[in-house]
Amino acid sequence: MAQHKRASSHPYIPNMIPEVQRQMLDEIGVERIEDLYQIIPDELKLKKEMDMPPALSEQELRRHVSRLLNRNESTQDVVSFLGAGCWPHFIPAVCDEINQRSEFVTAYAGEPYEDHGRFQALFEYQSLMAELLDMDVVNVPTFDWAQAASTSLRMAARMNGRTEVLLAGTIDKDKLKIIVNYITPDLSYQLVDFRTESGELDLQDLRNKITSNTAAVYFENPSFFGTIESQGRQIADIVHEVDAVCVVGVDPISLGVLKPPSQYGADIVCGDLQPLGMHMNYGGGQAGFIATRNEEKYVMEYPSRLFGIAPTIVEGEYGFGDVAYERTSFHDREKGKESVGTQTALWGITAGVYLALLGPHGMQELGQTIMQKSQYAAKLLGEIEGMSVRLQSPFFKEFVADFTKTGLTVEEVQKQLRIEGIQGGHDLSADFPELGQSMLLCVTEVHTQEDIELLAAALKRICSRGMKGVEC
Amino acid sequence: MKRIAREHPVRNFHQAKWDEPIIFELHKQGERGVEAPQVEPEIEAAVGDGISVIPDSMMRTEPPALPEIGQAKVLRHYLRLSQETMGSDFNVEIGQGTCTMKYIPRVNEMMIRTPKMMDLHPLQHVDDVQGILEVYHRLDLAMREISGLDRFSFQPSSGTQALLTMASIVRAYHESRGEGEQRDEIITTMFSHPSQAATAVVKGYKIITVHPDADGFPDIDQLKRAVSFRTAGLVVANPEDTGIFNPRIREFTDIVHAAGGVCYYDQANANGLLGVTRAKEAGFDMCFFNLHKTFAAPHMCGGPATGALGVTEALAPFLPGPVVSRSGERYELQDPGDLSIGKVRSFHGVAQTVLRSYAWIRSLGAEGLLNVAQVAVLNNNYLYHKILQIPGASAPYIKGNRLEQVRYSWQKMTEDTGVTTEDVTRRMCDFGLHYWTSHHPYVVPQPFTLEPTESYSKEDLDEYIQALAQISKEAYSEPETVKNAPTRSTVHRIDDSSFDDPAKWCITWRTYLKKTASPQE
Repeated sequence: MAQHKRASSHPYIPNMIPEVQRQMLDEIGVERIEDLYQIIPDELKLKKEMDMPPALSEQELRRHVSRLLNRNESTQDVVSFLGAGCWPHFIPAVCDEINQRSEFVTAYAGEPYEDHGRFQALFEYQSLMAELLDMDVVNVPTFDWAQAASTSLRMAARMNGRTEVLLAGTIDKDKLKIIVNYITPDLSYQLVDFRTESGELDLQDLRNKITSNTAAVYFENPSFFGTIESQGRQIADIVHEVDAVCVVGVDPISLGVLKPPSQYGADIVCGDLQPLGMHMNYGGGQAGFIATRNEEKYVMEYPSRLFGIAPTIVEGEYGFGDVAYERTSFHDREKGKESVGTQTALWGITAGVYLALLGPHGMQELGQTIMQKSQYAAKLLGEIEGMSVRLQSPFFKEFVADFTKTGLTVEEVQKQLRIEGIQGGHDLSADFPELGQSMLLCVTEVHTQEDIELLAAALKRICSRGMKGVEC
Repeated sequence: MKRIAREHPVRNFHQAKWDEPIIFELHKQGERGVEAPQVEPEIEAAVGDGISVIPDSMMRTEPPALPEIGQAKVLRHYLRLSQETMGSDFNVEIGQGTCTMKYIPRVNEMMIRTPKMMDLHPLQHVDDVQGILEVYHRLDLAMREISGLDRFSFQPSSGTQALLTMASIVRAYHESRGEGEQRDEIITTMFSHPSQAATAVVKGYKIITVHPDADGFPDIDQLKRAVSFRTAGLVVANPEDTGIFNPRIREFTDIVHAAGGVCYYDQANANGLLGVTRAKEAGFDMCFFNLHKTFAAPHMCGGPATGALGVTEALAPFLPGPVVSRSGERYELQDPGDLSIGKVRSFHGVAQTVLRSYAWIRSLGAEGLLNVAQVAVLNNNYLYHKILQIPGASAPYIKGNRLEQVRYSWQKMTEDTGVTTEDVTRRMCDFGLHYWTSHHPYVVPQPFTLEPTESYSKEDLDEYIQALAQISKEAYSEPETVKNAPTRSTVHRIDDSSFDDPAKWCITWRTYLKKTASPQE
C-alpha cells in the first residue's frame, strides 16, 4: 500500500504545523525540537528510523484490518459449544450502547467531581452485585476470576496469618497456574481430591488435608465441570472448625436459580463478570469480582478500590468517593494491600447495566433456561452409543461428555465437528486424564433447540464411525 | 444584530447535572428491561422445568433483590450518568499526568466492534483465529522495534499486572540459577509508580527505595550502596513522574547487572521516547508499555487494558504462556516451556486492545511515531515554560527542559494564600478540566502532574494554562472561590468523613439503607 502523504500535520497530531512549532520553540527558547532531547546521551539515541511498515490512511487501515479479521471464524459463523471460563451469552443491546459511550470509554481516573457518573455507575454495580450475591461489600472489579480468587486467598491469609491454602481439585488448570504464580512465595497450596463419579469435593480428603495452618479453602460452585456442589454447607463447616476462611468461586449468571455462597457459609465470594453482558472478545471480556461481609477486617484487606456513597454540602445531593483509600498501594506503595491500578472498571459498569435490565425475574428465568437447554443437550448426547455424560451431579450450563468408549480421542471428535461447522467443547483429556477422553460442553440460553440437535446428530455420526473403527 | 461577545478568559462551563436517583430507586414492580431467550416447548417437554434437579441445599429460595425497571428507563439512567462523566473525548485532558491521555481514534473503536473480534472464543482452534493471532504477532514485531527487546507477551492486562509479571520472571530467573533464596531485594525509586514496589512485595521481595538527588535524578550513590548479592532486580521508570530523564541510566543497569540483578523498565508511559531511545540500549532486560497510554487504547474508566511486556531472548523462556509465534504463513499458540512462570491472566489478555494499538501504530508508521514523541515533548515544554510564569507555581529540581510530563508544585501559592492543590483539583472542574495531584506520599509538596501528549493543539494548551492562571489569580485575590469549588460541576463538595469510618461507610446501597434506617447524625 502506498505511503500516506500528509500536507502538514497528521490527523492525530495537530501541532505538526511548522509555524506553530516555531512559535512554541521560540516561547521555550530553543532552536529545534531535537534540542529538547539534549539530556539523552548520544549513545542511547536511536540512530536509525525504526523498521516498520508505512503509515496507512484511515481508509487503507480499515481495509487492512478488515482483511486480517476476516481470517477469523467467529462463534457467530458456526455453532459453538465452547465455554470453560469464557461463555457465549445473550448480550442486551443496551449493554453495548452504554459501554460504547464515548464518556465511559475515554474516562479514566477523574475525581468524584468531574466523574460523578462513573463513580455512581460503579457504586451501583457494587450494589447490584451485592444483591445477586447477597453480600454487603463488592469491589470495583479486578482482571478476571483467577485474579479475584488469588486476591481472595491472599486476603484470607493476611487476616489469619496462615500460609497454606487448599483448592478443590476440579479447578481449571490455567486458573491454577495464575493462582499459583500470584500466591507464591508467601503461600503454598494443596489440591483437594474430587469424586470422579460426581465432581463433588471429597470431604474426607478435605478433612485429611486441612490443618491449623490452613488460611483458606477455595472451591467453585458450579465447578469448572459445571457440576453443582451440594455440600457447600458441610465444606464451610469443616473450614470454620479450624477458623479458616471459606472462599467460593461462582458463575454469577447461575445465581438466579442457585443459592448464593454467602447463604451456605462462604466468607469471601469471587468469580467472573463476563457472563453479565460482556462479549467474549477472544478472552478480553473477563473481569473478576470479590465480595465479602461488611466487616472492617475484610474491608481493610481489599486491594481494590471500593466506592462509597456520602452526602455533599448541598441537601439532597448524592456524592461518592473512595472508602478506606489508605489501605491501597496508591496511597501506601509497598505497604498497601497487594496492588491496585487499571483493571476492568468498564466491565463492572456493564454488568451493572445487565443486572438492572434483567432484574430478579430475568435472572431467575435465564438460569432456568440455561439449565433446561444444557440438560436437553446432555440427554441427547447421553443417548448416543459409546458416549456418556460423566459426573452424575446436577450441573449448570456445562457438562462433561466422555468419548472414551467410542475409541475416539476428543481431538479427533473436535476435528470431525469442525468439518460439520461446529465448534465442540473444550478438551479435558490433557488436564484431567482421570476423566478419560472427555470434553467440556457449554450450552446456554443462546443455543437453540436446532443447534443442540445439530450437535447431537453430528456426534452420533462421528461416534458411530469411531465405534466401527472407521478412520476419521 | 449585534455580534455576540465571546471573549471569555476561561470557558463558561457547566457540567451536566441530572440529579439521578440511585438505580434501585427506579424500581417499579412488574417492569422489565429485557427478555432473555426463552426455552423451546419441546425442550421443556423433554427435560421438565430444569431446576427440580437442584438439591434443596443449593436452590435459591428468594430471588435477588434487584430492581425491576423498563428498558428506556435503564438506558436513560445510564446515559445520564455517562453525561456526568468527563471522558477525555470531551476536554483538554492533559491533567492526568503519567497516564498519557491521548486522542482515541474513532476508527479503531469502530474496527473492534465486529463479530470477527467480539465473538471470538479464546479456546477456538488456532486455524479459526489466524487473523487475530497475526495481529498479535505484528504488534509484537512493532514493539520489538520500539524497545530493541526480543519478544513480547500481551497477556498482562494492565501496567500493574505487567509489573507483577516482571517481578515473577525475576524470581523464576534467579530460582533457575539456584539464587532464588539469596536474592530477595528489589530496588526502585521514589518517583516511580507505587505498583512497582507493591507488586514486588507480592512476589516476596523486600523493597529498597532510591530517593532523588538535589536535581531530581535517582541518586546513583544510593543505588551503589543498595546493590549487593541480595539484589534480585532494579525496576525504574525513565523519565520518572517528574519528566526528568536520567542520563546515567546505562550506569544504573550496569551496576545492577554487575551485582547479578535483573533490570526491568517501567515504560507504561513511553510517549516522549518513541523512535528516540530504547530499553535495549539503556541495558534493560525487560520493559512494558501500557497500550492504554502511549499506544492510544482507551482507558475505559479504568480497564480492561494491556501491559505489553517485552523481554530479551534470555528471558523469553520465562514468559507466561501461551505466546503467539509464526511458523511459515501460520500462527501458533506456543507453550514457553518448563521455565515459564505459568500464567498471569486468563486466556490471551485483552485482545481488542491489542488490535486497537496495532491499528494506531499502522496509522502512524515509524516516522509518525517519532512525530508523536517529538510533539509530546514540544507540547510539554511549552506548557512547562508557561506554567512557570504563573504566580505561585514551580517545578522542583533541574531547571532544564523536561521530556513528556512535569510534576509541578503549588507550594508557594499554598504558603501565600492557604489554597491547596486539592482545592485546585476541584476548581478545575468548574472550567470543564481535569487535574491530578500525585501518588502518595507527596514528595513534591502541593503537587500537580501534567502531561499534554501530542494530541492537543497550542490553543488547547493555552486554554488549560489560562484556567490555571485564573485559579492562581483567584487564590491570591478571592481564595474562598477556590476553596469552595466546585460550583459548576455535577455535585458540590462531598462530605467524605464516612469513608474512613467502618461504622459509617456504605459501599453498597443495601448497606446504606441499613445504616440510615433510623434517623441519626
